[in-house]
Amino acid sequence: MSPGTTPSQTVGPFFSLGLAWADGPHVVGEAAEGAIRLGGRVLDGAGDGVPDALVETWQADRDGRLGAPGFRGFGRCPTAADGTWAVRTVKPGSAEPGHAPHVAVSVFARGLLRRVVTRIYFPDEAANAADPVLAALDADAQATLVATAVDGGYAFDIRLQGPGETAFFAV
Amino acid sequence: MERPGFRRDDESQPALDWADYRSTRLRAPARALRPLGRGLTEVTGPLLGEDRVGPLDHDLTRGGEGQPLGERIIVHGRVLEDDGRPVRDTLVEVWQANAAGRYAHTADRHPAPLDPSFEGAGRCLTDGEGRYRFVTVRPGAYPWGNHDNAWRPAHIHFSLFGRAFAQRLVTQMYFPGDPLFAHDPIFNSVRDAAARARLVAALDLSATEPEWALAYRFDLVLRGREETPSE
Repeated sequence: MSPGTTPSQTVGPFFSLGLAWADGPHVVGEAAEGAIRLGGRVLDGAGDGVPDALVETWQADRDGRLGAPGFRGFGRCPTAADGTWAVRTVKPGSAEPGHAPHVAVSVFARGLLRRVVTRIYFPDEAANAADPVLAALDADAQATLVATAVDGGYAFDIRLQGPGETAFFAV
Repeated sequence: MERPGFRRDDESQPALDWADYRSTRLRAPARALRPLGRGLTEVTGPLLGEDRVGPLDHDLTRGGEGQPLGERIIVHGRVLEDDGRPVRDTLVEVWQANAAGRYAHTADRHPAPLDPSFEGAGRCLTDGEGRYRFVTVRPGAYPWGNHDNAWRPAHIHFSLFGRAFAQRLVTQMYFPGDPLFAHDPIFNSVRDAAARARLVAALDLSATEPEWALAYRFDLVLRGREETPSE
């Protein structure tokens, strides 16, 4: 504990120079079994899309394994001008007994001095009812963490501030 | 779930809500962060290895049409956990403005010259002792419109993964003695002076290449793993 940690600083508006990867949004290949699109918008406190945010995802594979060989598990997508982001991935399995399938999310942006962290859960998952992280939240906060089923995958908006503000975690 | 997490160090970290930095006002969450407990997802993380790094990616002065303008420098150091343990084989990504204070990014409107020999992005993996090394040019200061006559102190952006989602860090490295420190709300969003000092590299004559490039040393310290669960 002696040295103390290095403070975070904002990613700033020009992070795509260093952090945009051509294959960033491809957690899995196009032909992967069970491939889905997981995405939505990042919105600010005025309800406007955030055009210069970076969304990163980390998750288990379909069998619930984290860090399994051959499965990157990690996605990275800068937002577009209207705040949209998306990754191509698979729906994860449950990583441990009693925990519902979920995807861990980091959001970086100009105006965020450190990342904010949340989780994406999936609708129609009986396991959500017993998940200890969801259970610790009130119903409004829970609702911000559950994606919506859409054609080809799931939609998940991240509201940084204001009405419907996404529940963010102290990781 | 009883398993070790990663030690928090909130005193060293900036608040999200920091009005002096104008862009926080509509972006910083208004509600308090919620406790997460000890999920497996956040104590694991991606292994991003050699397939992400080319042999010249650590040298930001290569790959252009010629030598970039400005003062050539070496930036090196170690990635450590807070108990001093090195973080091996971890991806380090950097990006920065050129020597004139201009980013090679279409959204940068600062009327300073672009340099066709400088893209301003690099990456490498740490070695077995957590060491990394970049060759680059010293970036310039630039105006950013946050307040009247606002200028950012020269800095290099760093992105680190560590070995777990909980350790992920994006930060900025500054140069020693910059007179703009006192006027920069991003630097000063870190309220603890000792923590701010950890954002400032040190001139390292021992790593300088004589007649070629000065060197700066910048160690990065990530949260370490708890010995026992704190819950």
